[in-house]
Amino acid sequence: MNWLTNYVRPRINSMLGRREVPENLWIKCPETGEMVFHKDLEENQWVIPASGHHMKMPGKARLAWLFDNGQFELMSQPKVAQDPLKFRDSKKYSDRLKDSRTKTELEDTILAGVGTISGVKAVGVVHEFEFMGGSLGTAAGEAIIAAFEKAIAEKCPLVMFPASGGARMQEGILSLMQLPRTTVAVEMLKEAGLPYIVVLTNPTTGGVTASYAMLGDIHIAEPGALIGFAGRRVIEQTIREKLPEGFQTAEYLYQHGMVDMVLHRHKIPETIGRILSMLSEGVKSKAA
Amino acid sequence: MHNYLDFEKPISDLEGKIIELKKLAEQDDSVDTSDEIQKLEARANEAMVEIYSKLSAWQKTQVARHPQRPHFVDYMEALFEDFTPLAGDRAFAEDAAIQAGLARFRGQPVALIGQEKGNDTKSRIKHNFGSPRPEGYRKAIRVMELADRFGLPIVSLIDTAGAYPGVDAEERGQAEAIARSTEMCLNVKVPVICIVLGEGGSGGAIAIATGNRVYMLEHAIYSVISPEGAASILWRDSARAKEAATSMKITAEDLKGLGIIDGIIPEPVGGAHRDPEAVIAATGDVIARALADLKGVKDLRKQRREKFLAIGRNL
Repeated sequence: MNWLTNYVRPRINSMLGRREVPENLWIKCPETGEMVFHKDLEENQWVIPASGHHMKMPGKARLAWLFDNGQFELMSQPKVAQDPLKFRDSKKYSDRLKDSRTKTELEDTILAGVGTISGVKAVGVVHEFEFMGGSLGTAAGEAIIAAFEKAIAEKCPLVMFPASGGARMQEGILSLMQLPRTTVAVEMLKEAGLPYIVVLTNPTTGGVTASYAMLGDIHIAEPGALIGFAGRRVIEQTIREKLPEGFQTAEYLYQHGMVDMVLHRHKIPETIGRILSMLSEGVKSKAA
Repeated sequence: MHNYLDFEKPISDLEGKIIELKKLAEQDDSVDTSDEIQKLEARANEAMVEIYSKLSAWQKTQVARHPQRPHFVDYMEALFEDFTPLAGDRAFAEDAAIQAGLARFRGQPVALIGQEKGNDTKSRIKHNFGSPRPEGYRKAIRVMELADRFGLPIVSLIDTAGAYPGVDAEERGQAEAIARSTEMCLNVKVPVICIVLGEGGSGGAIAIATGNRVYMLEHAIYSVISPEGAASILWRDSARAKEAATSMKITAEDLKGLGIIDGIIPEPVGGAHRDPEAVIAATGDVIARALADLKGVKDLRKQRREKFLAIGRNL
């Protein structure tokens, strides 16, 4: 496979790469309505400083925040069939892809990189939510499988940050097939005796939750993140009742035993590093 | 009383006349209606052949959901002996939406799992219309694990509109249960044969559908979301389900073309419900052939994984 060697220095990169869009200069906190200057938000890893509300974090920034010194080797997107169903809803799927590519400067929703976390080598995988809602299609499936294969080849753990509305409707049954396909990848990593950590971010729903997002050795969730299988509207229509307060939030999942911890974004890399160093030492001593 | 689908109007008209003529003949011995009945029967059959030879994806969806379509229990009774149902997930509850147990198929012990929709109001409620909760999938996991340990092939019969979307299901980890069930189904070292009998509804279906061989009945559908759901998400109008059904590619033929299923089990003219015995027998033969075939596969887990990894790579 063709691995692109691309060392990203996030600070420089974001300075050069940022498109100045005036309406994005000030961001409103969804909880308190407070206006926050974008630079302050970025410097605080997209957590509103006063309220602690966790905003969605761009994929590349997420990887840079995860890895030591913001350095990582970005993996290339495997080639896949584009628009295999020739799908069209109110817009052609091929046009939606084009628009998302222009908007995000990415091939598809998955970004994977290799770096170190507290000195432990690891593969990190993020969903860029801005790319069609982080939806899981063939391209994302292949990129995830490639990332797991990379971790197996490098004999290192994999850390996954899902952020997705679920399966990509425009790929129909092929998107559903990414559930078993990614599950096979998870299994291969587990059989290789390597740790798999999932950090559930806002939102993680549908088919993504029903596959690799819920198969981690350890599940961490970001505060307030929406995590669930069925959509709220679908559930409300089914039960014809109002949903309980805090339903399908990270805290709700913690209460119901589905995640190990709900952690402030600032604490996540360090915690992952700590966990990985212990698990990796275990792996080594077993091999010795 | 037969339940006609809206596009079966020409058939229902003709069959209605046949019933009237038969009644007439019963009431009055002097009238000979047999010629007329024969003619009408031939015409009804022609109409049926005509209509069923070119069903649209939406029409197939209706056939797949037909209330009289044979379900899990019909296949279980006709094809398996000594069915011994197993219940409960050992953690929370028993979920009758998923049926699972041990049985003999043509003498050979197997594990049988699948969704049951029920066939009248009472049984439909009991089986939650075939929409499982997490405990249903966790029961399936238990039974698959059992089958794996004792070397029993797994036969999975899929028929669900989807996993149950309820507060309680979410609370107990519907997504996790589905993910773990898919994982177990991919991991076992015994043969897994999956057949989509009616509806293959998204995650609720895939959880028990990752077989070494996967088949669909001719008019079954298999989809990431129901046509109504897709229409409401993509067009914000669930009335466009017809369109969604077509563009989503949900029919057996579509899935065969995409390399997702291994074969299509033909249905009698007019759909499985018109001649359940025939379709059940054909299904039995497919299971038998698949079991025989898979005897030659050395590493069944590897074959299953490679099969799924290959999906979409040659499109």
